[in-house]
This record gives sequence, structure tokens and C-alpha cells, in this order.
Amino acid sequence: MAEYIKVNPMYQDRIEEVFQTNINPEIVLEFEIHENDFVNSGKGSAELKVTIKRLGVDPAIMRKVAVAAYEAEINITAHSRGGVMTSNIFPDYVHIVFQDRGPGIEDLSKAMTPGFSTATDLVREMGFGAGLGLPNIERNSDIMKLDSAKNESTKLDVIIFFH
Amino acid sequence: MALSVQTLIEKIEITNLTPDLDTSKTVIENGYVSDLLSDVMGSAQENQIWITIMRHLNTIAVASMTGIPVIIFAKDIIPEQSVINKAREEGIILLTSPLTVFELAGKIYSLLKV
Ligand SMILES: Nc1ncnc2c1ncn2[C@@H]1O[C@H](COP(=O)(O)OP(=O)(O)OP(=O)(O)O)[C@@H](O)[C@H]1O
Ligand SMILES: [Mg+2]
Repeated sequence: MAEYIKVNPMYQDRIEEVFQTNINPEIVLEFEIHENDFVNSGKGSAELKVTIKRLGVDPAIMRKVAVAAYEAEINITAHSRGGVMTSNIFPDYVHIVFQDRGPGIEDLSKAMTPGFSTATDLVREMGFGAGLGLPNIERNSDIMKLDSAKNESTKLDVIIFFH
Repeated sequence: MALSVQTLIEKIEITNLTPDLDTSKTVIENGYVSDLLSDVMGSAQENQIWITIMRHLNTIAVASMTGIPVIIFAKDIIPEQSVINKAREEGIILLTSPLTVFELAGKIYSLLKV
């Protein structure tokens, strides 16, 4: 498996903590994402947006979470066999895990390059395929970790702090 | 200059597809033109009107995630009723005009920038 990780230097000291597995989130939201289902894709992000809005998260932060989550959800719909989105909400950050069922990404640095896209005609008809989704996710998240390889599943961790 | 959507409707050939939403309180200061949804999510801002020909349901989701308050379709494009309903639910104003994207951008630009 190859890994791509980006960390906002402001939160460098929180990495170990957020990737610990024995911490319990206050709220967990889980959504199934289906291949090529552009009608339902986005529901997980919409629900997450509403939930953190209710928690009083700043609108600018809420927008970052919504955009990053929606791009990731669409990527699973457009490029994978489907997967699961799990939003773990903690008092001062959200950790969203996107786990799909393959076919994986062959070259992570290529995938991260603005403009690179393998989107099918169907996906392009839906208005996606500019090759800007992963760069948008990177820009809107404080910690982004992408793990994948050809013929493997893809796992994306998106962490956004509320303050 | 800032402009209410209501003023825009009065000055340009526009049909309001969501007449039950309040157009006098929604104010725009700028616009964005694109049919590529990730480009919109990367570059559009909350106070902008989005000019597009992309009429799918995803367009509404993108506006909602990005905080865009109003979408205007060029060339008399009208989305399906389910898409209009979704916009109403989200409080996003949908407009349509017979003008092209180029003409709409030009007219809205000159109203905002003078
Ligand atoms: N979950 C995934 N599984 C397999 N491949 C993926 C996945 N996510 C992204 N990719 C690959 O990375 C490329 C770039 O993704 P990115 O989101 O940046 O652009 P896009 O989805 O093609 O277009 P856009 O996001 O602008 O609509 C995709 O075209 C695809 O090849
Ligand atoms: Mg994408």
C-alpha cells in the first residue's frame, strides 16, 4: 500500500492522538455509498453538515467539512465499487473515514495532481471529472491521509479541527 | 456593489423557478461561471451567483455544500421538478434565462461592477 499524507503544521502535535483507536467519539454517523448512485451520494455529507451546524461549529469550518466530505463521497460513487463513510465527531474536531471496496489508485501523486482524472463519460455528464476533487479535499482538511494501491481498496482519512 | 436577487430579476430577462423563496433578502456581490462541479467547490464563494448549464441534482448539492445562495441557468434550461424541489428544501434560489452564459455573465457583471 502506498500512502499520501498532508498535515497542517498547526496540528502536527495532534496526529498521534487523532489516529488512536481507543478513543470514543461523541457522535458517529455511518453511511453506505453505492457505485454510480449520484442521486443518493452526498447524503452522508449533508447529514454531517447538519449535525455539526447544530453543534455550533463556525460556518467557515462547516463549509470546509461539507466540501471535503462531498468530494470524497462523490469519488467513491464515481471511481470505486462503493464503500462506507464514517464520521466520528469529537468535541473539537471531526475525523471522517472513507473506506471503499476497490479497485484502488495506482499512482497517488498523479491522483493528487490538479487536472488528473480517469472519470468515465457518465461521471463527466454528471459534472464531475475535472480532476480537482482530491486537491479540494487537501485544501479543506487539516489532516488528510490517503492509503491505496492498484487492485486494493482505498481508505481516506479527513480530519478537520473546529478551532 | 451588492445586488438583491429581486433587483436582478427586474433588470434582466429572468424567470424565477423557486418563487416561494425570498428574493429581496438574498444579496449577491459577485458571480462564478463553471459547469465543472469540483471547480465550483474549489473556487466559488458564498456571496456569489452561479451561472451554469449543469442541471443535475448534484448542482444543488454543490451549491448547498459551498454556500451558494442562487443558481441561474442559461439558455432557458429548466431542471427536473425533483431538482427544483430539492433547491426549495435547501433554500437555494433557482433562476432561468434565455440568454447564453456569456450574455448573462456580461449583464450581471455590469450591474455589479458599476
Ligand atoms: N476512491 C477512489 N477509488 C479509485 N480511484 C480514485 C478514488 N478517488 C480518486 N480516484 C482517482 O483519482 C483521480 C483524481 O480524483 P479527483 O477527485 O481529484 O478528480 P476526479 O474525481 O476525477 O474529478 P473531480 O473530482 O474534479 O470531479 C480520479 O480520476 C481517479 O482516477
Ligand atoms: Mg473527484
